[in-house]
Amino acid sequence: MAGAITVHTSEEASRRPQHITESGPVRWILIGIAFIFLGFVVLLPLVSVFVEAFKKGAGVYFDSITEPDALSALKLTLLVAVIAVPINTIFGIVAAWVISKFRFRGKNLVITLVDLPFAVSPVISGLIYVLLFGAQGLLGPWLDERGIQIIFAVPGIVLATVFVTVPFVARELIPLMQAQGVQEEEAAASLGAKGWQIFWRVTIPNIKWGLLYGAILCNARAMGEFGAVSVVSGHIRGETNTLPLHIEILYNEYQFSASFAVASLLVMLAVVTLIVKSMVEWKSSRQRPIEDNS
Amino acid sequence: MLNKLTLVRPFVILIALVLVLAACGQGGGNSENNHTNQPADVTNSAATEVPAGGKPKPPVELLNVSYDPTRELYVEFNESFAKHWKAETGQEVTVKQSHGGSGKQARAVIDGLKADVVTLALGYDIDAIAEPGLIDADWQSKFEHNSSPYTSTIVFLVRKGNPKGIKDWNDLIKDKVEVITPNPKTSGGARWNYLAAWGYALKQNGGDEAKAQEFVAELFKHVPVLDSGARGATTTFVERGIGDVLLAWENEAFLSINELGPDKFEIVYPSLSILAEPPVAVVDKVADERGTREAAEAYLQFLYTEEGQEIAAKNYYRPISETVAAKYAGQFQSLELLTIDQDFDGWKEAQTKHFADGGIFDQIYSPGS
Amino acid sequence: MKGSKPRNRNVLPGFGLSLGFTLFYLSTVVLIPLATVFYRTAELSWTEFWDTVTGARVLASYRVTFMTAFCAGLVNAVFGLVVAWVLVRYRFPGKKLIDSLVDLPFALPTAVAGIALTAIYAPNGWIGSLLEPLGVKVAYSPIGITIALIFIGLPFVVRTVQPVLQDMEKETEEAAVMLGAYRLRTFRKVILPELLPALLTGFALAFARGIGEYGSVVFISGNMPLKTEITPLLIITKLEQYDYAGATAIALVMLVVSFLMLLVINLLQWRMNRRTVSE
Repeated sequence: MAGAITVHTSEEASRRPQHITESGPVRWILIGIAFIFLGFVVLLPLVSVFVEAFKKGAGVYFDSITEPDALSALKLTLLVAVIAVPINTIFGIVAAWVISKFRFRGKNLVITLVDLPFAVSPVISGLIYVLLFGAQGLLGPWLDERGIQIIFAVPGIVLATVFVTVPFVARELIPLMQAQGVQEEEAAASLGAKGWQIFWRVTIPNIKWGLLYGAILCNARAMGEFGAVSVVSGHIRGETNTLPLHIEILYNEYQFSASFAVASLLVMLAVVTLIVKSMVEWKSSRQRPIEDNS
Repeated sequence: MLNKLTLVRPFVILIALVLVLAACGQGGGNSENNHTNQPADVTNSAATEVPAGGKPKPPVELLNVSYDPTRELYVEFNESFAKHWKAETGQEVTVKQSHGGSGKQARAVIDGLKADVVTLALGYDIDAIAEPGLIDADWQSKFEHNSSPYTSTIVFLVRKGNPKGIKDWNDLIKDKVEVITPNPKTSGGARWNYLAAWGYALKQNGGDEAKAQEFVAELFKHVPVLDSGARGATTTFVERGIGDVLLAWENEAFLSINELGPDKFEIVYPSLSILAEPPVAVVDKVADERGTREAAEAYLQFLYTEEGQEIAAKNYYRPISETVAAKYAGQFQSLELLTIDQDFDGWKEAQTKHFADGGIFDQIYSPGS
Repeated sequence: MKGSKPRNRNVLPGFGLSLGFTLFYLSTVVLIPLATVFYRTAELSWTEFWDTVTGARVLASYRVTFMTAFCAGLVNAVFGLVVAWVLVRYRFPGKKLIDSLVDLPFALPTAVAGIALTAIYAPNGWIGSLLEPLGVKVAYSPIGITIALIFIGLPFVVRTVQPVLQDMEKETEEAAVMLGAYRLRTFRKVILPELLPALLTGFALAFARGIGEYGSVVFISGNMPLKTEITPLLIITKLEQYDYAGATAIALVMLVVSFLMLLVINLLQWRMNRRTVSE
């Protein structure tokens, strides 16, 4: 059951007896504060993106998101996400498994390393790949001799994105799996289940929501990353521009409406993934009681 | 047995992962290779198909790494060049563009962006590319006119009607005048702005550098926002409505008037400004490696033709061809222009003296000043 | 079941393999690339390094960066807690919407966020024009930077606090009530201590993220040296002068600070966890 905690704003928790919840007015004040805060900080910028996007009418809007450069940027963005997200999902599961199910020295160091990309400035996370793979970098000359281009090409963009999104899945799973402990797995093991069986039959069902949520966040960040990708992309139009970079280019060409139109596309991609998440959650929350009984 | 299998499987996944990564690397590499391999392949097939067709050439692709304000110019120019080149040699040419801050672009080329030609804001940035040997040291003598096929200058963009009555540089340091310029440390265009102001003050004060420094320091006290690039500064001035005057490239000023509101802004020419010479160069190492030298040189040479000059003038760059200049004489006001080589002893000197860490610009912004 | 410690490590398989993979992956993706920062900085002598990272403008930029990131983290800790609280404990219309909104800062490219926020808070923007007559300048001031960082850091706080809040046992609260504690007191004495580790983690992540943020901040900060110039911008400035060693020197300082902060927070959290478990 605990598997649902991170993702679900479960109904059960919000149904509380009178004496351990706040009085009506306090409750509404708190809700009001939450609304106002999010309104100013998140909703307003979002609305302004859409307002700007449609300023010159729907025609300009659709032209700018179907223009070849925008489409190639969209394609590249999706490609990058398709590579980066699965890699980091696999890593997230493995890292969470070892961190939450075993005790070993230096665990905090490993967790900190997982967290580190959150805290590294995007400027630096792009720069390190230039220092590593650039023509003046450590491996650059060796790669150049073999005609392998990493930075200013798709692989560099993928690498920078992978770096930036390393923590998302792992960070989501670690607390979840820690809270679940190891009893279920141990019980399965004592009943003779083998490693992979335990993993697929016991662990995965328990963490699937956290996993899904982590992957969605990872995906959102992968598609939206700007700073690091900007450093390693080379900005070749129609070739190495991702959506966020394309947005910047349009903005710099004084095509403000077009740039916000493309930005709104990213917002919608994010919203769609979040809706999918909600739907899957909702569906399975209806199935769960039966599963639990069995 | 089973246990062994379970141990093996993750390894397989791991190896698969590594392969995927490697494949990505190869993918990028291959596409680069294709550029170099293609000519040979296609030449062969073309030769067998059209044996008597003279010398049909495979399509070629050039990458022009440029700075921010040239986007519109090169969109038009690339099209013209492709037509011209096709007519002349029968070869298809596509020119890819990359734009960004001049320094950032130069760095990308140094770090391995495979540019065939660079068209940047300052000679200093091309010198930087020449340093690790990507471009021959004598690049500036390869094309006419110091390898600068068009020039520009720094002008003032003010709000319609010029409400603050700004006529010249000394009006910028009047009370309650706010000046928008990008940061000279991060923007090539801003360095021209700064040097023009410096040159003006130096002349006004009979060559007294201390006075000039005072003037420039005062000027930057009137700057409320230092954007990191020229286009950012324009947006701040135009869209956010901040400041009374924008120091801008002449072509940028014209462009913002056209794109963003002819009824909102006007251009003011100061009594003196600076001759900005954005230079061009073939990136020798890349062009030779990829076998694109011929097209790359022709591409830059085409900037000097009547047609190229005309396109530059249409995009508000001052042409160097006299005939084209005469044709567009109405568009560009003539004014006294300093040059970087005569008045500032070249970019290297100007850079170390003014913009390097601890240089005069930094002193303006040292605490307590 | 909650918080139980892993005990019998021999029963569960895959320790060596998963640890090996984790370390291998972290090394190739995180450690080796980051090591290049050290490598390039090593070109400098100690005095050069010291002079670079303690220059007047660099020091001023640390001040701006850390102050704004700290304020933003604090604001997020308070309001993020409220948002998480409301999301977990109450039912109200629009809850799903709010829940999704929280994640948006992850998805929106930082540059877009920066442009949108600048447009809103500039003197001629929706909110900026309301504040200007009051003499409050948001865009192009440290307040503007703080707002951008609040935007960037919000999900970190909400998403770390939410699960803990959700998982909190009703029983402890019940007990507190039975002992006659008022609601606010229950909150302070019972709920807050249990939330503190998560809140602290959220704060630290938001703070650390804020220190490094570049894309959104350059648009709204105005980039005035000594006043609103952030440290990542100085790194860019150094690069612009082809001064790689200088750039990596400053990057190194930021990296070490971020790393130490995360390490301390993780240790702290681990301690707290252990304490609650042993109780």
